[in-house]
Amino acid sequence: MRRLVLALLLSLAAPLAARAASTSDLVQRGEYLTRAADCAACHTAPGGTTYAGGRQFQLPFGDLYSPNITPDKETGIGQYTDAQFIRVLHRGIGREGQHLYPAMPYPSYTKMSDEDALAIKAYLFSLPPVHAPTKPNNFGFPFNQRWLMVFWNLINNPDSRLQSDPSKSAAWNRGAYLVEALGHCAECHTPRNFMQAKSSRQFAGTIQAGWFAYNLTSDPVHGIGAWSDASLEEFLSTGKAPGHGLASGPMAEAIEYSLRYMTPDDIAAMVTYLRTIPARDDGPAIVPATVTPLSTASLGEHIFIRACAGCHLPNGTGRQSPWAALGGDHSTGDVTGTNVVQVLTNGSQIETNEGLMFMHPFTGAYTDDELAAVGNYVIGQFSGRQGQVTPQQISKARQETAPKAGPASGGGS
Amino acid sequence: MNGLAPKPLSRRGLLKASLAAGGGLLIGLRLSSTASAAEFLTRATPMPPPDFDGDFEPNAFIRIDPKGAITFIMRNTECGQGIYTGASTLIAEELEVGMDQILVEAAPPDLKLYTDPLLGEQATGGSASIRGSWKPLREAGAAARMMLIAAAAEKWNVSPSACHAERGVVHGPAGQALGYGDLANDAAKQPVPTHVALKSSSQFKLIGTSPRRVDTPAKVNGTSVYGMDIQVPGMKIGTVAASPVLGGKLVRIDEAAARAVPGVRDVVQLDDVLAVIGDHMWAAMKGLQAANPVWDDGPNAHIDTQSLIAHLASDSEKAGFVAKKLGDAEGAIKAAASRYDATYQLPFLAHAPMEPINTTIHVRPDGAEVWVGTQVPVRAQMTVAKETGLPQESVKVYNQFMGGAFGRRLDIDSVTQAARIAKHVPYPVKLIWTREEDIRHDLYRPYYYDKISAGLDASGNVTGWSHRTTGSSVMARWAPPGMEEGGKLDPDAVEGSADTPYEFPTHQVAWVRSEPSALTTLWWRGVGPTHNVFVIESFMDELAAAAKQDPIAFRRTLLTKNPRALGVLDLAAKASNWGETLPAGRGRGVALQYAFQTYMATVLEIEIGAGNEIQLIRADVAVDCGPVVNPDTLAAQVQGGLIFGLSMALYSEITLTNGRVDQSNFHDYRILRIDEAPKVEVHIVHNPDGEIGGIGETGTVAAAPVLANAIFAATGRRLRRIPFGTGQLVSS
Amino acid sequence: MFQLVVNGQTHDVDVPPDMPLLWVLRDVLGMTGTKFGCGIAQCGACTVHVGANAVRSCLLPASSVAGQPITTIEAVGETPSGAKIQKAWLDHEVVQCGYCQSGQIMAATALLDATPKPTDADIDMAMAGNICRCGTYVRIREAIHAAADA
Ligand code: FES
Ligand code: FES
Repeated sequence: MRRLVLALLLSLAAPLAARAASTSDLVQRGEYLTRAADCAACHTAPGGTTYAGGRQFQLPFGDLYSPNITPDKETGIGQYTDAQFIRVLHRGIGREGQHLYPAMPYPSYTKMSDEDALAIKAYLFSLPPVHAPTKPNNFGFPFNQRWLMVFWNLINNPDSRLQSDPSKSAAWNRGAYLVEALGHCAECHTPRNFMQAKSSRQFAGTIQAGWFAYNLTSDPVHGIGAWSDASLEEFLSTGKAPGHGLASGPMAEAIEYSLRYMTPDDIAAMVTYLRTIPARDDGPAIVPATVTPLSTASLGEHIFIRACAGCHLPNGTGRQSPWAALGGDHSTGDVTGTNVVQVLTNGSQIETNEGLMFMHPFTGAYTDDELAAVGNYVIGQFSGRQGQVTPQQISKARQETAPKAGPASGGGS
Repeated sequence: MNGLAPKPLSRRGLLKASLAAGGGLLIGLRLSSTASAAEFLTRATPMPPPDFDGDFEPNAFIRIDPKGAITFIMRNTECGQGIYTGASTLIAEELEVGMDQILVEAAPPDLKLYTDPLLGEQATGGSASIRGSWKPLREAGAAARMMLIAAAAEKWNVSPSACHAERGVVHGPAGQALGYGDLANDAAKQPVPTHVALKSSSQFKLIGTSPRRVDTPAKVNGTSVYGMDIQVPGMKIGTVAASPVLGGKLVRIDEAAARAVPGVRDVVQLDDVLAVIGDHMWAAMKGLQAANPVWDDGPNAHIDTQSLIAHLASDSEKAGFVAKKLGDAEGAIKAAASRYDATYQLPFLAHAPMEPINTTIHVRPDGAEVWVGTQVPVRAQMTVAKETGLPQESVKVYNQFMGGAFGRRLDIDSVTQAARIAKHVPYPVKLIWTREEDIRHDLYRPYYYDKISAGLDASGNVTGWSHRTTGSSVMARWAPPGMEEGGKLDPDAVEGSADTPYEFPTHQVAWVRSEPSALTTLWWRGVGPTHNVFVIESFMDELAAAAKQDPIAFRRTLLTKNPRALGVLDLAAKASNWGETLPAGRGRGVALQYAFQTYMATVLEIEIGAGNEIQLIRADVAVDCGPVVNPDTLAAQVQGGLIFGLSMALYSEITLTNGRVDQSNFHDYRILRIDEAPKVEVHIVHNPDGEIGGIGETGTVAAAPVLANAIFAATGRRLRRIPFGTGQLVSS
Repeated sequence: MFQLVVNGQTHDVDVPPDMPLLWVLRDVLGMTGTKFGCGIAQCGACTVHVGANAVRSCLLPASSVAGQPITTIEAVGETPSGAKIQKAWLDHEVVQCGYCQSGQIMAATALLDATPKPTDADIDMAMAGNICRCGTYVRIREAIHAAADA
């Protein structure tokens, strides 16, 4: 599964010993903040050491590999000074002055306080250094011209910390900080403009690397306006909420690596903030969890009962776990099937406190016709709508997902 | 009774006794209770060998103890085909006991006693079990019955011919009666008959009826024990990861992380495999995942399916070894009014039996015990002896029920692996392969690349037929002595092509051996015929279409001297209403075969659905296998075998990328489901005195050709590459 | 430590919270009638009942069904539907290797409990998740109909 944009492009090598020695409190706080900022998701290769980098990102202009952010002096961030570390988070400028591509979400991290940035640094520097050179990217001209980023940053990166709003509650302000700065939610959920910068349609939802990052505004039909606080909190901390389906793809990763470690207070604060995002009616509508009576004998239905119902149950309520409940899922309400197609062709997984929940990709043995049919069946069955998934869509996604990757070890799933 | 017991028979004495009966020597694994067969079968380990105390053990297949328990020892292994019931029926028929009066148990490894006459070793496969048992097991039963009757006659001082046996009791002329148990001691002292007369088919009481299977009661209530279910005291459970690329080596693991998983007890690291052993499978699986093995993929790291196929394709241009030459086929084809050429391809296949591979093994300094479901128990014993350095006789192999085998358990790679691992731990360990390991480390059915040509004269008659197969030889690896023509011919490669039911004026069959890298090949249900009959029957259909003839009528012209083939073909045609007009989108195909000495014709009706999916409607199968031991089991095997083969023809294919098998579990190695299965009607030709044929693999043989022909009938599209159901109808 | 109620008996089990019910049944409680076939909810060999639902025990964390009534193949014959199904299975000689049949019988019993007179389409819906590699489908269908009529 490929994560959206995001990837830190710190660059490395040079003298100056890093200042180590932090109090264990600082390191602990740093660990929490590092998780809140979800650094691990991008800076860990599949099956690799956490924070040692190497994860591949396919961007519109080429492949990018996340760098090693362990304190290794040669290949990691071991030589960063505090000031350099703050600069890279706030302005996307590496230790040697090179400009990072905004795969690294510094336009969000720029809102982070200096204090928190240094806590993150303290935590990262407390980890054992791993020698892991960063793979070079393979961008073509002009995208390989890093200096051009100077202009991009002038326009698109405000380089300013989040200011608290005294007219709002402490919880709202905390939530704003978590959502806007650390959680960098907008990086996925806010559409990008022609310059690959975030547009003004804040949190209106958009497609990122093939996955729909849904509308997070308070619109009740297209956004999260109709969700209860409890449902939102459960979803953010576990990846599922009864009647609202489950997190898949990149959102599942965000929960697995980051959100499930957040304290209940912080989760509640995020909800408080998200509630106040002005409504926009962009993107697919959410359909409440209703189950229409089973149609009979369609190809999609047959594929579903053979290959899917073992986990999801014929009525989509989920046989094995709440993470398999499809009813009310935003994705099943999207007649274009953007995320349904992604899940069918990429699979999805989420590590939860009850173990790993996963779905395999089904491209290996099912035809484009069959997968399109099952996609439309799911949309029809669990949202009562006429799905528009085409075999061509599956075929395209199939090509994008090759080569197939199996479980990391031979140890099953 | 025991007071009167004769001196226990010596091994030598038993050998003498049994040889005369054509069976061999019995080593008793003995059953002391009178449990029902089903109950007994659920025991993991047979009772320890007894002191002989007067059991009557006339041969290697029968034991009658003085208490009356009648036990049949099963040479062939039960993997679902019903052989325990079939073999018991043969013995019981002549021994004159009811199926409800017997117990059955698996034979221990012993080549002297239990070599299958058709296969030449103690093995189960090739649809050979009933064929190889048909006479010997009836003789074993008859000889034992004669000795029991002789013992009674002596006691009553009457002529044996005045006595008869029925349901385990010998009856005398004056109404005397003695049970087999009561006669056991005296029967053991009787000379073994030198000549036994077998019943004629009209005298059969059990053969030809459908006695209930002896193994099923325990299989519906969860008490049946498969290899997977073995539990022995002190046992731990392990799971393995072998190098994902054949020939690769383990570079490093995170042993500390594996050992940190709660419940993990041991990590055994060998050069090409890693095992993590724990209190339960979950600990083992999590431990293996945590160990995160890193591999050096070795020389096969860059092999993929495309390169393997290219290699086969280029080898297929070679002339190969000519296995059959009748006249000048090549010349006749060149001179024909029209010539037809085609290339057919069959993929690598995994067996994927429902029960994943597993072995329970305890290696001690003085011996080893192995609990495993295997089609080759002696090989299992030998490999453990070899890997551990123990003498062969100190290795005990307890054969278990198999949750399917389909040829997979004809190899002992997993037993070898288990022995290599188990010698590093002091306790018994059950080593279980995950499904992923099972699919990715199967030994695969070879890929076949066949070229076939024929000529037709102006009126559509075949003038020449030439078939060249290119593929791996399982025989050369698995049983080199089985190779023919001084090692130049694998008979399996041409089984079904050198001996078709048809009569061609000129006929040539050639074989090119071509071995793939990066995977090992093995027998797969239906063996040679599953491959060759697909090619022949598909091509026969192509010729019929070219000659503008009905496929059955066209075949009939080539079968004039083969009444049994005509018989099944006509029966299948009639049963399926061949020739009736079908709605658009539907089609019917036919396939004829002579395989495992059984004639079979199959007609399949299909429909192409709106999403181009191939829907299987109904199959009619006509079978002539000579005498039928159990008609219900025959039907079950044909139904199941056909569905197994249809699953393959629609979906199965093992592919490689960078030396690794792409498929891993049932989400990508797809198996036919109940809602896809056709109705299957089996029609049996009454031929009780004909040559007996095998049945376990016949349905599988028919599947691919009959489906290819039905697809052609429904769509006009000729698919020459298996599998058919993965988008070929759209893309090709 | 939590409690599992299997076939009416309560067991205290001390296993990791993510350990699937399948392995707890087989390796901890020694009940091997429930089979391992795929481990990813694709084959149905591991099917048991939790309450009235047929579930795949290979992907079901045992801790998530603590205290709920679990029925396995070892005891399903004590229910009226289970007994009918098992009898029909024998009468129709459904079984070949038998390895899938624990799961088939559990799925068929749950079907019969929910739908006493299932149609062919109902059978498809309930049974298509259970693979039989031996291909006993034709007889499974016959046996379910026979059990429903019994
Ligand atoms: S083992 Fe659970 S569904 Fe296959
Ligand atoms: S009976 Fe063998 S898998 Fe079903």
